[in-house]
Amino acid sequence: MGIENNILVKLKDVGIKRNDKWLVKGVSLVVEKGKIITLIGPNGSGKSTTAKIALGLHKNIEGEVQKLTNKIGYVPQKISIDWTLPLRVKDFMLLTDDLNDKLIDEALTLTGVDHLKNKNLGNLSGGEFQRVLLARAISKKPELLVLDEPVQGVDFTGEIALYELIKKISENLNCGILLISHDLHTVMSATDHVVCLNGHVCCSGSPLDVAKNKEYKALFGEQASQTLSIYEHKHDHVHSSDGEIKKN
Amino acid sequence: MFDDFFIRAIFAGIGIAFVTGPLGCFVVWRRLSYFGDTLAHSALLGVTIAYSLDFNIAVSIFFISSAIALILIQLQRKTNLPSDALLGLLAHSSLAVGLVVIGFLTFIRFDIMGLLFGDILAVNKKDLFIIWFGGALILIVLKLIWKPLFASTVNYELAEAEGLNPDKAKAIFTVLLAALIAISIKLVGVLLITGMLIIPTAMARNLSDNPKKMVVFSIIGGLLSVFIGLFSSLEFNTPSGPSIIAAALILFIISLFKIKQTIQLKN
Repeated sequence: MGIENNILVKLKDVGIKRNDKWLVKGVSLVVEKGKIITLIGPNGSGKSTTAKIALGLHKNIEGEVQKLTNKIGYVPQKISIDWTLPLRVKDFMLLTDDLNDKLIDEALTLTGVDHLKNKNLGNLSGGEFQRVLLARAISKKPELLVLDEPVQGVDFTGEIALYELIKKISENLNCGILLISHDLHTVMSATDHVVCLNGHVCCSGSPLDVAKNKEYKALFGEQASQTLSIYEHKHDHVHSSDGEIKKN
Repeated sequence: MFDDFFIRAIFAGIGIAFVTGPLGCFVVWRRLSYFGDTLAHSALLGVTIAYSLDFNIAVSIFFISSAIALILIQLQRKTNLPSDALLGLLAHSSLAVGLVVIGFLTFIRFDIMGLLFGDILAVNKKDLFIIWFGGALILIVLKLIWKPLFASTVNYELAEAEGLNPDKAKAIFTVLLAALIAISIKLVGVLLITGMLIIPTAMARNLSDNPKKMVVFSIIGGLLSVFIGLFSSLEFNTPSGPSIIAAALILFIISLFKIKQTIQLKN
């Protein structure tokens, strides 16, 4: 298989203008099978906008977007769901795809929320809901995962576990992942390619390259480049969200 | 069997309840109740056109309501007015124009009360056929667009990002709503059809914890409203539309007590 066949999404020099202001400009990136690309950058730097462009959610854009897959799982940064609609976790899991019970259970177990399957979505805590969102996105075994701050509101141990899970998913399903995150230290360790945004691409490359980059240091401060002292020691067990210990 | 007017009305009501149940759920979930009202008001214009051109009423209403829906979508895109103002504009102007045209049609005897509030005597065999055939068609199409429509009701971006087509589903749903209004106008009337969509659904919301259950309960609620409403319409000589809606209201009030009970049980 040639490199071309591995490409899932390709952005070429894309930009988007709203009310005479560029939200992002001149962004090029490629998401490939089995690779994790992370977008980092300060608030308002256009990370979510770039992800939405890649998903085809923005019309009237400059540049070129090629979306070469339709098997997509998306975890949006913000999601507002209207509670006039009675919805259980298991109904939500079936939202865009027909899945059997086994796949649903599998995905919920992976993100540690299988016990919530019959709960009403409106009664979940922020972190629980985030885990359900992630489970929903991975349950359909997508070729492309777009994760916009997927672990916001998740407790610290859970956060690490979920990042490990994301990495595992990209390997097991051979799917490409476009990840947006704020936590530099955990993310940088799991990423193949980092794109640092600030309205435009200010630098990109492997995590180490980006950490050394001057613009990156200017944007995030000297300390950030040292946070690459990544989370690297091993655990022999993990905690699921209801506190039980599971052996690796 | 369908020679008796009351049997015809009952079967018309059953057919309509099967359609208003699921459509009503989407109207409530997507906050479209005022939109449904606007379509229903424009139906009166459809009726007058049908009479003046000697055309089938249901077909005429269907086209006028669909046209109004399309005009609304265009106005939403091209003007800076908020949606509710546009809806009010279209609802009342089409109602007004419809009534003005009726004023000119002096050569035709018009039962205006029947149009506004439904008439149990008005349903003939042909109407019955249109209700059942049209209703079945509406349900089949709804089944086909269920996934994108439901997913985008929960979250538009999620649905679009994962390859569904929410805009198409929304447009088709609008047409289905126009079709429902077209087939149910004779029994329920222009002014009350939205009530038939919303009140049994509101009752169902009080009793359900998942979407499928809500659809089923809202069909059951609609059926009960039709039965109770039509029998009392026959008994007390009241217009059929208001009787059905009043029955639906009573069921809704009963469902409120059910909520109270479950809350007490939980405590």
